[in-house]
Amino acid sequence: MRGSVYIYILVMALVTYLIRALPLTLIRKKIKNRFIRSFLYYVPYATLAAMTFPAILFSTDAPAASLAGFAAAVVLAFQRKSLIVVAAFASLAALLVDLLIMYL
Amino acid sequence: MPIGIGYFAVSFAFGIQAADIDLSPFQAGLISLMNVTSAGQFAGLTVIAQAGTYFEMAILQFIVNLRYLLMSAALSQKLPPDTKTVHRLGIAYGVTDEIFGISIARKGPLDPRYSYGAILSAVTGWVGGTVLGASAGAILPEKVVSSLGIALYGMFLAIIIPPARDEKPVFIAVISGMVLATICRYAPFLRSLSEGMRIILVTVLVAGCCAALWPVREEESGVSEDE
Repeated sequence: MRGSVYIYILVMALVTYLIRALPLTLIRKKIKNRFIRSFLYYVPYATLAAMTFPAILFSTDAPAASLAGFAAAVVLAFQRKSLIVVAAFASLAALLVDLLIMYL
Repeated sequence: MPIGIGYFAVSFAFGIQAADIDLSPFQAGLISLMNVTSAGQFAGLTVIAQAGTYFEMAILQFIVNLRYLLMSAALSQKLPPDTKTVHRLGIAYGVTDEIFGISIARKGPLDPRYSYGAILSAVTGWVGGTVLGASAGAILPEKVVSSLGIALYGMFLAIIIPPARDEKPVFIAVISGMVLATICRYAPFLRSLSEGMRIILVTVLVAGCCAALWPVREEESGVSEDE
């Protein structure tokens, strides 16, 4: 027997919101400690990098397509293209390689 | 608005998966509206599909989304200290990987109105994409849906690579984050951890080492004292 979908949704939402709301409401002052400030400065880069790689290699059905998308994204991001350009061309490169594999 | 479109692609895939386990477009949309988290929602679907307990759901969400605790703490430093509680609670709703990314990328203190604008655009795309994916996902060719899966990661790269070009410590943080995440994925014991746990582990390790080796100066850490 499956539980109520709505209670599942409520549990998900509650836990997720608390995680987000507690630090923002409880930490009201500027943190003076230089180490903690520096730590928080590096958090986004470390976490987004760890989330992206290697996960990006498995983000589409074909590894070669993912690799092509990854390469396209790195080159474009390096040229400081906007988020949407990088995201769109990564998808496009992946799609092209995927189609290429199918017809080869 | 780039985030809205990027979100649209990923949430479309989420909608398709939700429909796969027999959730209605309304239920799928409700999940997206109330959670606004990619990994957490996908993980939640598996619990619903396998008829797990509510407790299991709570623990899983906690682990998968724990990184938001770090992001939220980082954002708290970007807000002017006199920001009202109601705005803090409002901004908290939209602490997602992408909104966090663009908020941190902005120079100077964070204006809650900027966050609300980003949240509105992101949530519209997120919920819209979910509902559409859940109701009409089957029409799109499979290969198109599959290649959209990379969009979110492309966006992350666009956020982290430009500052990595400019600052060597950030470059090292990015590269070591990627290398360690790869090691964690395959190393014995570590690979048995959930992906959320592995990301937290890598984040704490990398950010901790970088903070010790290259402490930031006042003006780099978001808001400077005299503002």
